[in-house]
Amino acid sequence: MALQENHLALSDRILMRVEKPARYLGNEVNMVKKDPSQVELRAAMCFPDVYEIGMSHLGMQILYDLFNRRPDVYCERVFSPWPDLHAILKEQQLPLFTLETQSPVRAMDFLIITIQYEMCYTNILQVLDLSQIPLHASERSGWETPIVIGGGPCTYNPEPLADFFDLFYIGEGETQYDALFDLYRDCRRNGWSRADFLRAAAKLPGLYVPALYDVTYHQDGTIQSFSPKEEGIPAKIKKELVRELDQTSYPTHPLVPFIKVTQDRVVLEIQRGCIRGCRFCQAGMIYRPTRERSVSTLKEWAREMLESSGHEEISLSSLSSSDYSGLAELVSFLLKECRGKGINISLPSLRIDAFSLDVMRKVQDVKKSSLTFAPEAGSQRLRDVINKGLTEEAILKGAADAFAGGWQKVKLYFMLGLPTETEEDRREIPRLAEKIARCYYEIPKEQRNGKCQITISTSFFVPKPFTPFQWAQMYAPGEYLARAKDVNDEVKQQLNKKSLKYNWHEADVTVLEGVFARGDRRVARALERAYEKGCIFDAWSEFFDNETWMEAFAETGVSIDFYNTRSRALDELLPWDFIDCGVTKEFLRREWEQAKAGVVTPNCRAQCSGCGARQFEGGVCVENPN
Amino acid sequence: MKIRIKFRKFGVMRFIGHLDLMRYFQKAMRRAGIDIAYSEGFSPHQIMSFASPLGVGMASDGEYLDIEVHSSQSSRQSLAALNQAMVEGIEVIEYKRLPEGAKNAMSQVAAASYTVYFKQKEQNPFSLSVLSEALQGFYQDQAEILVTKQTKKSEKLMDLKPLIYQLQVVCVNDDAQNPGFYMKLSSGSAENIKPHLVLEAFFAYLSRSDAFPKKLYVVDPMDLQIHRQEVYAQGADGEFLPLGEVGEDIL
Repeated sequence: MALQENHLALSDRILMRVEKPARYLGNEVNMVKKDPSQVELRAAMCFPDVYEIGMSHLGMQILYDLFNRRPDVYCERVFSPWPDLHAILKEQQLPLFTLETQSPVRAMDFLIITIQYEMCYTNILQVLDLSQIPLHASERSGWETPIVIGGGPCTYNPEPLADFFDLFYIGEGETQYDALFDLYRDCRRNGWSRADFLRAAAKLPGLYVPALYDVTYHQDGTIQSFSPKEEGIPAKIKKELVRELDQTSYPTHPLVPFIKVTQDRVVLEIQRGCIRGCRFCQAGMIYRPTRERSVSTLKEWAREMLESSGHEEISLSSLSSSDYSGLAELVSFLLKECRGKGINISLPSLRIDAFSLDVMRKVQDVKKSSLTFAPEAGSQRLRDVINKGLTEEAILKGAADAFAGGWQKVKLYFMLGLPTETEEDRREIPRLAEKIARCYYEIPKEQRNGKCQITISTSFFVPKPFTPFQWAQMYAPGEYLARAKDVNDEVKQQLNKKSLKYNWHEADVTVLEGVFARGDRRVARALERAYEKGCIFDAWSEFFDNETWMEAFAETGVSIDFYNTRSRALDELLPWDFIDCGVTKEFLRREWEQAKAGVVTPNCRAQCSGCGARQFEGGVCVENPN
Repeated sequence: MKIRIKFRKFGVMRFIGHLDLMRYFQKAMRRAGIDIAYSEGFSPHQIMSFASPLGVGMASDGEYLDIEVHSSQSSRQSLAALNQAMVEGIEVIEYKRLPEGAKNAMSQVAAASYTVYFKQKEQNPFSLSVLSEALQGFYQDQAEILVTKQTKKSEKLMDLKPLIYQLQVVCVNDDAQNPGFYMKLSSGSAENIKPHLVLEAFFAYLSRSDAFPKKLYVVDPMDLQIHRQEVYAQGADGEFLPLGEVGEDIL
């Protein structure tokens, strides 16, 4: 009889007390095991949300795999402890730990945090706090605390988080981490100081050290200047980008969690970027140019990942799968490969057309599944404003084909609060849903299967940096809800209202997202105060506490209106203007004007619009140089 | 063909619940390349059933699951392939073909044996002689062991004694200074007795009796490790056979 030894950071007693102890154990299939004493650099890769969300994120798996390919580096993982464990760690003064070796995070050389959405910002402070790392970068000296580095889409405006990070990595992670790790190793070997290291890191491409820059403000609160404090520190940070996607590494032996996570499947990233150029979409701008992976590479990876993980589902990942040129070949390969093995195929972000309906019929149960359209705006006029190239004709045709094929459920996604939006535009949303319902009821009664179900969902638009809408105004919460009411009223007036269902989001979160998406360094005070007052897991409606947030803003004197409802001049120096994401400000300005004029811009394959991404000499810019 | 797999669950894996363990084995079958059979229908699932769920926190040397396969390599090869696909804390120790028409593991379960010991020797308030004496008084000397069992609908009074087939002292790693419990209990669909229930009754007995000091029965259940040793079927003559003995190795 062997004793059950516990080498974990948490005692049996704590593990039996918390919900889902598997969140804190590590030991998953394909977890990387190394002897920490045999590496030169230890890193903790953090997704600041609960395990199930973080483990569903492809970017984290990519970097975990990439870093651990280096024999001198051991990269482990850490996630936000759920509030039950958060309370226990605080009460017992236990330091937050990594999953792999269950070591304190503060013993690492690097804490690398991926920042995917604004509503995880308090969780970033939670991770620092529980790790017993000083919240402010300025309070970290010497080598006792890890270098805290942020990456991910939110770092295209890192300023609200500037106080809390030593470094930001702007762009795709595959290109510069090697150089950064080498630099760190050399600095430590040569006995350099933390400040020396950061100064040297600031000179690497794509890396931004906020402490080395000064910001000054005009009387009206807008930014007057943003400049490096020292000679030799670059004034502009250019995003990092992988030119040839077939040449990157890929996590072909992905981690397989024990508990059910959001993305419990093999994820195959088929391309990066999007040719469409929707004017509200940040991903469509910052990941330019669109780059595809070859079908042959993807086939090989798919097979290897299914074998190494044992997953029963594979999903394609991209911003717009229908635009991937090898889609038909890849899908027919997967259908053949998965048949008889009990493996499901999931194909998100497909445009509804004859091809996709045919594929979907093969991979899902038509009766149970629903079709998704994202027209984003109800009227053609507003769809032109946002450059969403989806026409009413195409939607109705797709829906009619789908209904004929046996589908009965349709989901429609829209945004409210878009620039130039009128009441008429909003009322067009239910009218479009009604037209879709009529398509269904035009099918002879004996051929249909009861009622159809059209679900309309609206979210409120949040202007994002590096989009043509980065200058757009936002609204107060009451105004957002009034807009949702317009839609709801119109739903009730439709003939087939019993087949329509309308869901809308709360407006309070939208307001906060707006502040942190386009905020500057001064909003950090409100963020820190909100955390001190107990705000965490703001992305979770059961924990989001708007009242406390409003108190935090009031107490710190940070004006929400300044960041959200104020009108920005085109020549205003924006907090993120020091970043060069490839797409030029001139192009964004032009697109903003075109939007207001309701003029659409063709997609990158149809015609180059000179956005600036051509400088990277990759992807669609070189495949189709017209 | 039906296969019965026996495995051990220990260490970190004690904290993985039954549903997650099922998902774990489904994925492990694919990784190991076991030619497992799937159900019909639009979303086919593997034909797999577990003998008896193990509570979170418990360890085991005798867990069983049955699977249906189209074809199979030898037991030795299959064990190697499965163990290649395992994580630390799960070890597959038997892979046997079941005879035609054998009942599935879950419906065969008749008894299970457990050891229970203090996770830390320093926390153990018992000496070998005191624990032996206490168990003698609790089990052998009592005519009946009455407990109230909570069901979903009501509470009922039941006699545990006929459902405890064996209860005796066992020493952790043969260390006479660290005595624990060994118990063989009725299990399965008819009368399922959990070790917690027996322990609860035992500590309640100590607290009622004047012969034992308080430190012996004010025991935090969290200080105890429950370790399932084996799960049994009942043979033709009423004897208990480990579930794995129903099958035979594939050569």
